[in-house]
Amino acid sequence: MNPTRKRRLWFVVLFVLAAGVAGALITLALQENLSYLHTPTEVRTGKVPIDSHFRLGGVVCEGSVQRKSGTLDIHFAVTDRVRQVPVHYVGILPDMFKEGTSIIATGTMHDNEFDAEQVLAKHDETYMPKEVAEAMAKGIAMHTHSCGAN
Amino acid sequence: MLPELGQIALILALLLAVLLATVPLIGAQRGNNAWMLTARPLVYGQLLFIATAYALLTYAFVAHDFSVAYVASNSNSLLPTLYQYPAVWGAHEGSLLLWVLILAIWTVAVAVFSKKLPQIVIARVLAVMGWISVGFLSFLIFTSDPFARLLPAAQEGNDLNPVLQDPGMIFHPPLLYTGYVGFAVAFAFAIAALIDGNVNVQWVRWARPWTNVAWGFLTWGIALGSFWAYYELGWGGWWFWDPVENASFMPWLVGLALLHSQAVTEKRGSFRSWTLLLAIAAFSLSLLGTFLVRSGVLTSVHAFASDPRRGLFILTFLAIVIGGSLLLFAFRAPTEEKGQPFVAASRETLLLANNLLLSAAAFMILLGTLYPLLAEALNLGKISVGSPYFGLLFTILMTPLVLLLPFGPLTRWQREQPDKPMRMLAPWGLLALAAGAIAFFAWPGGTAKTVAACVAGIWLVFGTLRFVRERFVQAKGRFTAEMIGMCLAHVGLAVFFFGVLVTESTSVEKDVAAKPGQHFQLRGYDFRFDGTQAIQGPNYQADRGTVLVTRGDRLINTMHPEKRAYVSGGSIMTETAIDGTMFRDLYVAMGDSLGNDGSWALRLHVKPFVRWIWLGALMMAFGAFVVTVDKRFRRPVVVMDANG
Repeated sequence: MNPTRKRRLWFVVLFVLAAGVAGALITLALQENLSYLHTPTEVRTGKVPIDSHFRLGGVVCEGSVQRKSGTLDIHFAVTDRVRQVPVHYVGILPDMFKEGTSIIATGTMHDNEFDAEQVLAKHDETYMPKEVAEAMAKGIAMHTHSCGAN
Repeated sequence: MLPELGQIALILALLLAVLLATVPLIGAQRGNNAWMLTARPLVYGQLLFIATAYALLTYAFVAHDFSVAYVASNSNSLLPTLYQYPAVWGAHEGSLLLWVLILAIWTVAVAVFSKKLPQIVIARVLAVMGWISVGFLSFLIFTSDPFARLLPAAQEGNDLNPVLQDPGMIFHPPLLYTGYVGFAVAFAFAIAALIDGNVNVQWVRWARPWTNVAWGFLTWGIALGSFWAYYELGWGGWWFWDPVENASFMPWLVGLALLHSQAVTEKRGSFRSWTLLLAIAAFSLSLLGTFLVRSGVLTSVHAFASDPRRGLFILTFLAIVIGGSLLLFAFRAPTEEKGQPFVAASRETLLLANNLLLSAAAFMILLGTLYPLLAEALNLGKISVGSPYFGLLFTILMTPLVLLLPFGPLTRWQREQPDKPMRMLAPWGLLALAAGAIAFFAWPGGTAKTVAACVAGIWLVFGTLRFVRERFVQAKGRFTAEMIGMCLAHVGLAVFFFGVLVTESTSVEKDVAAKPGQHFQLRGYDFRFDGTQAIQGPNYQADRGTVLVTRGDRLINTMHPEKRAYVSGGSIMTETAIDGTMFRDLYVAMGDSLGNDGSWALRLHVKPFVRWIWLGALMMAFGAFVVTVDKRFRRPVVVMDANG
């Protein structure tokens, strides 16, 4: 092999190696930081892996918000109008949080209750987040205002 | 009547844009001088009509003309006068009109400031900008008419989204758009060079100042957006890796790579094809950003009500622009690099590393932003990519960038003894490490990140100062504007990284349930909650809290966060109270009322050096502006051969 070709080969090998490492790193980082959005129905029908960290999307069930007076402890239920899941959160809720508005909570299931680390409501009073609306399509089609079974 | 005039003005502007996109271009192909000369008058006319349309829409807002659908849904008779003007770009249609207006202004600026350029170049550049204008004007007219009437007229408007009723909102969108659209100039120059087929170095010299100005505005726009999110959204964060932020950050990174690669091409003739490709990429990413934000595929503060026709239109437009320019690139790009040769140890190599790192960063952000869309299209579930992904990969890519940066200015073009810059910088590297070691033991609450902040900050500042000293030794302290701008921007980067890392590592945050009279301790500051009182604003009612902050015996400030309920729509907004100095911000935001005893949820932050983040960004942009006054860009144009 002549020197030029040898050098070129080295370049190619190094490039492939670097691209491989970069690809592996990116895939790993992506895998670790993906979080899925699930609806209460999916939670209730066992479609969500136990102990998984996920985002729960839906509407805050009317009449479900209970606050322990004088603390940041709050309990409410999230529904897709078919089923509902109780949520527990300690902290400050976003401005748009209201009964009947759609939210996305991030956290894990613990003893039949969703422990939320973060609760997001959309910064616009008119629209429901698109992904929640799609996930809730069935519930919305039922034209009901009930919160569904637990 | 007036809104219809606005519509007519837009249609006339579109007709002029169509002429602009064709006549001068055909003139340039055929060498017909008269046809080429039409470019400038067409550009002026286009601005006139678009500005008229814009003024008429503004008038509709000020006059509370609720028969215009757009005004009715984004204004209200109670809206303070100050916000009636920015309300014009408070939603989709108006912000698109602003986009088109800014494009028209840039086009006129190119026409005015390039009197010395050859007629054929200017005709082609303006024509390419005309195509972009045709695309956006037809988008505006056919899918998002801001002057559409509402029948019957509304009695009262819906009001501007309360999040947007803020001084930050007045400047953020125009600055950001000025940056986005400014990349169209570099793009137009690149396309004109490709059409010409003779990709010489001259086009880069013409395009460089425009790229710098566009990038500077984009920097200011993003920084202002970040500052606005910091004080308006009430979470105390300054960057969320939200898809919409990413959409503006990608063209920023590629634009930054373009600045550097243009410098190489202009001075050494190398990286020609790469520079062309970056110019295309920067503008394409600006368009992609507009698409992501405006089409409603993303859910965020910025995504307005979506209409599938709009998404399809932008997607088609995007495909034509990107596909067309890449095709042109494939056929016309220079096949062999004609620049001057360089070895591995040279400034060219360092700038290549800069470009690769910045492009890789832009690419990984693109991947993280588009992955959820892709996954949804492939039915893999509804996924979001968390901010740790971006944080991790960004750290990996920015570390070598920071390490290599001071070497760039100290290394010669073409060939350098590798140990020379090493020897120049070694003491300052040691100083940076020593400062890091001291910070590790002495900084209250410091972590590894705080150490990194000190090392990176000192390394970048002293590395840059070492270059300044070198100029005094070698050139008796003569500096070109280009060098001054570069030093400013690099020091700005140091300030920025220092601010980011210190804030991230040493901020403290506490969510508390506060009874009136209760005290809270945070980093040596005492916060006393003194209850709330009801107040009445122009278009809202608010609970105004009082928080007394003391340190030792000294009163720091009496802070007044608010919780506002807007009359129209009943939306609730948090107004944070911030006591800011150069060295720390005290930040108080109100949560909910927690019961009848007057207690409230409060969010308290102490954020050291957070202002340095935006100060650094300001400096970087300022540096980019300073570069443009360099004499080299004022030199008379000489006709160069392909080897330029």
